[in-house]
Amino acid sequence: MTHVASALFEFWTRLTLTKLTGRRAADLAGLLEHLRVVPLSVVFHHTHHFLVQHQHLNPEPPNDFAYWVTNVLQESTLGERLAAIDTVQFAHLRDLRARLVSVIESYLDQTHELRVAPAGEEFHFMDAVSFTFPTRHRASTLAEFAEQLKMVGAASIGFHLFEARLRVESDENDFSRWFDEQLGEHELAEAIRRLDPYTITTEGLRQRLLGLIGRRLEAEHAQ
Amino acid sequence: MTQSLALDAYADFVGAATIEEIRLLGERLRGRRVQHINSTAVGGGVAEILNRLVPLLREAGVDTHWDVIRGGEDFFAVTKRLHNALHGEPVTFTAHDWEVFAAATEDNLRSLDLCDDIVFVHDPQPVQLVKARAPRSHWLWRCHIDVSAPAAGSWEFLHPWVERYEAAVFSAPQFAQQLEIDQALIAPSIDPLADKNKELNPAYVESVVAGLGIDPTRPLITQVSRFDRLKDPVGVIDAYRLVRRYNDCQLLLVGGSATDDPEGAQVLAECRDRSSGDPDVHVVELPPASNLEINAIQRASTVIVQKSLREGFGLTVSEALWKGKPVIAGAVGGIPLQVSHKYSGILTHTVEGTAYWIKQLLNEPEFARRLGANGREHVRWNFLLTRHLRDYMLLFLSRDYPGQSLISLG
Repeated sequence: MTHVASALFEFWTRLTLTKLTGRRAADLAGLLEHLRVVPLSVVFHHTHHFLVQHQHLNPEPPNDFAYWVTNVLQESTLGERLAAIDTVQFAHLRDLRARLVSVIESYLDQTHELRVAPAGEEFHFMDAVSFTFPTRHRASTLAEFAEQLKMVGAASIGFHLFEARLRVESDENDFSRWFDEQLGEHELAEAIRRLDPYTITTEGLRQRLLGLIGRRLEAEHAQ
Repeated sequence: MTQSLALDAYADFVGAATIEEIRLLGERLRGRRVQHINSTAVGGGVAEILNRLVPLLREAGVDTHWDVIRGGEDFFAVTKRLHNALHGEPVTFTAHDWEVFAAATEDNLRSLDLCDDIVFVHDPQPVQLVKARAPRSHWLWRCHIDVSAPAAGSWEFLHPWVERYEAAVFSAPQFAQQLEIDQALIAPSIDPLADKNKELNPAYVESVVAGLGIDPTRPLITQVSRFDRLKDPVGVIDAYRLVRRYNDCQLLLVGGSATDDPEGAQVLAECRDRSSGDPDVHVVELPPASNLEINAIQRASTVIVQKSLREGFGLTVSEALWKGKPVIAGAVGGIPLQVSHKYSGILTHTVEGTAYWIKQLLNEPEFARRLGANGREHVRWNFLLTRHLRDYMLLFLSRDYPGQSLISLG
């Protein structure tokens, strides 16, 4: 039997205006100095904007810190460590910042010479102003959800999967919560929780989500 | 409801969801008035982009006006020198220069009907209009040039005026100056419907390159740029020569006519001299507005190079990426924003590095194809006109939420 939610799922989206902070770093010491004090929205920008900005790139570039350390400073070991930070494990941006800082600190403890970025290739810290607003897409059943999911923008998927969790400090992604609470789809909710949105492009995530929901709908029809 | 098709025409490139987002932002800006002010209605990148963006903003529901300031030859002579000085060229300014600038501002203030809501001033020429800023109005200064390393006297003149604005907008972080006011990053964009970028009939593409004496069946390396030392066309020829030891290919250097530019003519002569005797090197001058021809040349190329030593934003890179071509470009100016090394193109610093990567891309066509495909997607989501439009709308909306980084428009 088709479950109909008592509360509609309303797809929101998040659009971002990038702001300049005037902070720049030419080496790891400078990167660390600024990283310790910048607003958390700056940390969010550099660890998340690429997910939407590079939504179709395959493979997907890593977060900005890892990209700069690897490609500009040519510090490949540290770059690899920064790229490998498991962002999905952090419920709060301050914890993610602490991890980034500690990875760079440990590396600096063992390194005596600082490489300097070529002129013009310094790391520029940027801030993100996020605007969130509802789209016209709504769903009350799993099938409707799948139909709307095909139509929303990539930013909407990003918003519900990681922005809501990290920036609003909710401990759950919006899709899993709605499936759990409104449709009783606990297995589906859990499968979505296990997705790592940081290593799949947003379009890849859309396809995974549609695949998971599609299998659930097929199973429902077979009953 | 009747709607113009202009905005919807972009859905073919960015999807209906993006157009819907723009329309939703437009609903939230309904009733707001925006006035753009710049110094020219035609010619130059600023006028070109405003000619496209103003109608789209209107269609999205933003009450948008565009005014152009006027000035005599003496005023534009000063602004031209100011422009050069902001780019680092040593220029001496006199008190009279600033009097001319101030007098032109006063003349324009008498004739302009300034908006009392959002006023978006482009580049240095109209900067002093801010002195007539109405209470509670939002004045934004859009800087389209690189002011990071100005010659003495130029930024000192401009700076106090810029600080009277509510926010400044730069095209790349490294072009900016330290300012007390808010600074936004809004990159320029290309229009997928313009002659420079629209899809072309393959027969036309082939006819254009065949007309230049290029063999369409053999690999073609191309650089599209002015004959300017900062674009390093001679370095591109040197890189090509290193490649030719191992790979069959042709080189095309194509740019605007250099007849009115003594240095350009000299660089062009050096290119011809350097390549003389090699029938596979083509150095071509095209007349202004040869947009369809440039488009065709880019589409016919195997690899596109932009080996700049210094660059503004370098939008030719986005134009090349939009055609799905693998691009090798200097890591200068706005180019690193457009190319993520080894993901959406290749960034190089030397002649040898450029040659190395040209060989890689000629020898590994699958890798080259993937870079080109990624580059096109990167441009689709970050450097098309629709992203530019959306950023301007967000900038206007942000004025009502000073200091906030998370804004709910629900």
